[in-house]
Parts: sequence; structure tokens; C-alpha cells
Amino acid sequence: MESIYLSIILAPLAASVVVGLFGSRVGRAGAHWITIVGVSISFVLSLVVLADVLGGAEVYSGAVYQWGQVGGLSLEIGFLIDHLTALMITVVSFVSLAVHIYTIGYMADDDGYQRFFSYISLFTFAMLTLVMSNNFLQLFFGWEAVGVVSYLLIGFWFKRETAIFANMKAFLVNRVGDFGFLLGIATLLAFTGSLDYQTVFGAAEGLADERISLFSGTEWSVLTVACLGLFVGAMGKSAQMPLHVWLPDSMEGPTPISALIHAATMVTAGIFMVARMSPLFEYSQTALSVMLVIGATTAIFTGLLGIVQQDIKRIVAYSTLSQLGYMTVALGASAYAAGIFHLMTHAFFKALLFLAAGSVIIALHHEQDIRRMGGLRKYMPITYWTSVIGTLALIGFPGFSGFYSKDALIEAVHLSTTPGAGYAYWCVLLGVFVTALYSFRLLFVVFHGEERIDHHAREHLEESPKVVTVPLILLAIPSVVIGWITIGPVLFGGFFDDSIFVLAQQDVVGLVGEEFHGAAAFIVHAATHSVALYLAAAGALVAWFLYIRRPDLPGMLQARLAVMHRVLDNKYYFDWFNENVVAAATRMLAGSLWRVADAGVIDGVGINGSARGVRYLAGVVRNFQTGYLYHYAFAMIIGLTAFLVWLTFGG
Amino acid sequence: MTVTISHYLILAAVLFSMAVAGIFINRKNVILLLMCIELMLLAVNFNFIAFSRMLGDEMGQVFVFFILTVAAAEAAIGLAILVVLFRTRQSINVEELDTLRG
Repeated sequence: MESIYLSIILAPLAASVVVGLFGSRVGRAGAHWITIVGVSISFVLSLVVLADVLGGAEVYSGAVYQWGQVGGLSLEIGFLIDHLTALMITVVSFVSLAVHIYTIGYMADDDGYQRFFSYISLFTFAMLTLVMSNNFLQLFFGWEAVGVVSYLLIGFWFKRETAIFANMKAFLVNRVGDFGFLLGIATLLAFTGSLDYQTVFGAAEGLADERISLFSGTEWSVLTVACLGLFVGAMGKSAQMPLHVWLPDSMEGPTPISALIHAATMVTAGIFMVARMSPLFEYSQTALSVMLVIGATTAIFTGLLGIVQQDIKRIVAYSTLSQLGYMTVALGASAYAAGIFHLMTHAFFKALLFLAAGSVIIALHHEQDIRRMGGLRKYMPITYWTSVIGTLALIGFPGFSGFYSKDALIEAVHLSTTPGAGYAYWCVLLGVFVTALYSFRLLFVVFHGEERIDHHAREHLEESPKVVTVPLILLAIPSVVIGWITIGPVLFGGFFDDSIFVLAQQDVVGLVGEEFHGAAAFIVHAATHSVALYLAAAGALVAWFLYIRRPDLPGMLQARLAVMHRVLDNKYYFDWFNENVVAAATRMLAGSLWRVADAGVIDGVGINGSARGVRYLAGVVRNFQTGYLYHYAFAMIIGLTAFLVWLTFGG
Repeated sequence: MTVTISHYLILAAVLFSMAVAGIFINRKNVILLLMCIELMLLAVNFNFIAFSRMLGDEMGQVFVFFILTVAAAEAAIGLAILVVLFRTRQSINVEELDTLRG
């Protein structure tokens, strides 16, 4: 099996290297064929692994290569293959494959065609490495590698000023998160002396009782410190408040990237990581509470932002943020399985929504402003219907995939007793309404209503080519059925028993599962026991009323609620705060350090100072060298006299 | 009054001092400098001869001949340098010869 595991990660890497280094040699067709074959190999082998795991194979955990040894610490490339990994690699390689195919159509006219394919294959490699890792170092490698590829891809159109700004922003914000992540790993390494998952997990319970003093006079549980560090990393990568600011800006990249990296896979790395670390997080109530509160806040407040945005991709991006908040809430409530389940369904429908948005963007010749769309339904039927499916899945329409994952998640949070669960419950519940509102706003404004397309675009307006629509259909199918099929076995059937650890008293998924009697019964149960369904319906209805029935109302509301609108339009002033306070303070600190330490001490005293000293001394000494012969003669005689005196009297 | 060794030594010392003073006080002419150096050598020669006579050792007088030869050669070279110097600088004023100034 090791060779299969290795092939899964190496096939995309090889494809990426070939296309990246010999891009002009293999040509455009060669580029997409090579990478698609590479990713297809990964996908097929992932299915093999999934089948193997489902067939009851033992959990595989082992190193395939040891690349270094530092003291007693062995640095290895290794794999941990259990249900969680198998599920993740299947989702990642499937979405990646769909995006590869879609890219053929989306990037058809782009000069950087080969480069793009090389990057997305490299991304697939990095993500798979991260997911399959069995040790923290390889996890960190994959973590950083997806970050780098994300940086490269956000700035793919590197001649655009905004793209450069966005990728720098993404990089810097992620650096903040990664620093926390690194501190978390370092704490674990310091206290357990190992980077291997199994060893560290084994020591988790003991670490919870060990104390560490971070500041004098305070005592923290070592495990809490490590978990909070790891979660800060997850906050950066999975864009939780307040480190979420980079994700909307990352929409500067090409749309396939938004679908693959910034919606379906990379941003879920944080969620995956926390679920993977469940044996650690379980013993730290503090870390769980922090996750609940941060996730809930993200879920509701970024959802609200989606309502006022005008850029089609940014709306979907804020929706992603909000859904990532949901997943984080699930993690905080110890409902790791529900979080991962939502991650999986979300990967499908969010990739679908992004690709559908991309399809609209191509059809309108790279127009992204929804105020210049409208009435597209009759021009682009496939895109329209797949978007409807994606939207219904997103808002949790009964029977669609999002319904199962989100409802199970909300139920789990409802039952959780972790501090902060009450707040989180209300946030995610309200979030359902907000989700429905912005989702249907997007759908109505883009596909229904009056046409506001400029007439140049309308002349060529037609459905996108097959390479675009086929991936849409490919993704639409799981968006509908995956929840129905898998909720029983995956969420409540003990699917994650070998990979996710939950303390008995916090096992909310188990409690939800007791009420579970099949996928159909779950719908009835949701309709009778939860208001989430009705809130979603209300959100959709409000959206219909505002954007179809009375299109004049939103403008009026906007004028009436000007203050609120301004706050939302400025994204709660996070960017303002970051630029004017955080960045400004950093620049000021750096500026004063530069002036005092660098220019003042090092340059001033050290380098220029020593030069000045030498020059001053030379200035004094040079006065002896007058150039006049008689002075030299005088000096000689004085010297001679002194010498004679010394010889006569001294010696 | 007999002429003792001290008289010779005093005469030589006076001569030498005059030469040194000439070097310091003279600020005008390089030729004067050269002459002062010659004067110093003569003062030394005086000492040599005086001691040679007193001790009855001819070695001192042989030394004087050597010094005279060297002084002649030195004067020749010095004057040649002076000529060249004058050609390039149009002056042999000591005050103006400060190219080596730091």
C-alpha cells in the first residue's frame, strides 16, 4: 500500500514539475493533459484507498522515508491513513480534478496557461501531503506549501496592482496564523519530545495537567497553550475572525483557484487539522470554548457582509467565510465529525457555486459586478440550474447535502455544554437566515430580474463551453445527493471512530445520532424540532421580496439604514483597522527601530562612528606631516637626541 | 694658552649648532639647507681629526676622507635634484615645497 500512498502525492508533483519546467515544450494541450492525468491518478488511487479503508483495513501509520535526524528526533515522511484521511484525499482530488478540467475553458485565452496548470497541480500535491501526514513536520510542510501556492495563484495576474496587494495581504495574514501554529507545534515538541501524531496524542491527557507559566504569576495548562497555538494557525488558514481579511481579497486570483483553494480545500485545512488533533483539543475546554466563540462570530458577521457586496466572487467568498465559521463552531462543540461532514458537503457545493460564478464571469467577458448582470437565466440554463442546486445546498434546503451537514451541526451545537455553546447556537441559527438571504439575493440579482448587461456583452452572451459546464454538472450531483447518502454511515455510523477522539461527556454527535432514524426521517425531525429550516425559508422569502417583488426596496433600506450599511460596506472596518492601526503601528515600530537601532546605533556608532573616529585621529596626526623639509629634519634631530639621551643615561 | 681637545670640541659643537639652526631658521632656500648639511659634516670631521690627533690613531683621519668623498657625492646629487626641481616647479623656495603635506 505504501507505493499507492506515495503515488497519490507524487503524481501531481511530477505533473507539476514537468509542466512547470518544460511548459513551452509540452505546449498548452500537453500542459492540461499531463496535469489532468496526474490528478486523475491521485483521484483513482484515493478511491482505491477509500475502498480499502471502508473494507475494514487497519489504520496505517508509518514512515516511508527518514530524511533527517536531530538528536533523538527523527524527521520523516510518513503517512497516516484512516477514515478521515481517506475521505479528505478523495474530496480533495475530486474537486481538484473538476477544477483542472474547468480550467481548460476558463483560462483558454490566458498567456499563463501552463504556469497555471503547474501551480494547481503543485497545490494538489501540497494539500495531499498535508492531509496524509502522520507527523507535525510534514503537516507544517504541507501547510506552508499550500500557503505558497495560494500566494502564487492570488497574484497569478501579477501585472494587476490589486492582485499583488491581495497576495501580499494573504501571505502576511497567514504568517500571523502560522506563527501561532509553529508555537503550538513547538510546545508539543518541547513537552513530548516527538513530532509523531501517535506519540503526541498518547501524551495528551498528561499534558492537560502539566502547567506552564507564560507570564510571571499565571499558570496555563500546557495542552491549552499548544491547542490555542494550533488554533491560531487554523484561524489564519481557515480565515476565522480576525484573521479572515485575506480571503475576500484573494478573489483577485482566477476563479478556478477561488473554487479549488479558497473555497473547497485549502481553507478547510485548518478545520481538518483541528479534527485531526481532536485527541488534543478534547482535553482543553478552554481551546474548545475559544473555537466556539470565534467560529460563531465569524459565521454570523461575515454572512452579514455577504448581503452588501456587489462583486459576485466576493459574495461567494463571504459565504465561504461564514461556512468556515460553522465548521469551527462544530469543532468547538466537540462535533468534529459534523465539522468534517460539513467540510465535505461544503467542498462540493461551494466549488460548484464558484465555478458557476466563474461561468457567468466568462460569459460576460470578465464582468464581476452583479449590478451589471441580471436576467441571465434564459441565456445560461445549465449554469443557472447548477447555481440553483448549489444555492439550495448552501442554505440547507431539505434533502440537499448542505441541509444534512448544517442541521446535524446546529443540533450538535445545541446539545453541547461547552462554555460559549449558547452564544454559538444563536449565532449559527441566525446565520441560517443570513445565509439564505445573501444566497438568494445573489441568485435573484444575477439570474432573474431585469437585464442590466451592457449591450456589447449581450451580443455574445451564450452558455459556457462543455469543459465549463461538465465540471458544474459533476459537482452538482454530489451537491444534491452526498448528504442523503452519507449522513448515516459517515456521521452516525462510527465512520471516524478510528481517527477522531471525543470524550464521552462531550459526545454531542452521538447524542444527535440517537435521534437519527435514516435520512428521510431526519428531514421530518428537522421540520418538527428545529427552527433552522424555517429561518432558511424566511431568508429566501425576504430575498425574493426585496429583489424580485420590490426591487426598489433595497435602495430605500440602504438609505434608511445608512450607518449600518456603511459599517457593513467597510467590512466592520477590519481593513481600516489593520491598515491604520496594526500596519501603521508595525511600520512606526519598524521605523523607529530603523532610526534608533539601525541608523543610530549600528550605522551611526558602529560603522560611521568608527570611520569618524579614525578620521578624527588621522586629522590630528596629519598635522605632523607638514611637507616642510626642516620640520622633518627637526623631528629627526629630536629623535636622535632623545635616542642619545636614552643611550647615555637610560641604558 | 694651549689649545686642548675641549676647544676643538666646542668649535665643532658651535659649528654643528649653527648648521642645525640654519636648517630650522632658514625658510627660503634649499641651497642653504644643503650648505648647512655640509657644515654639519664638517663639524663632525673636526671631532674626528681632533680625537685622531689626541689618541694618535690615524683611523679617524681616514674616516674624514671617506666623509669628504660622500659629502662631495651628496652635494653633487643634491644640486642635480635642485636643478630638476627648479625646472619643474620654477622655484626652490622651501616654503613652497609642501607636496608631502598630509
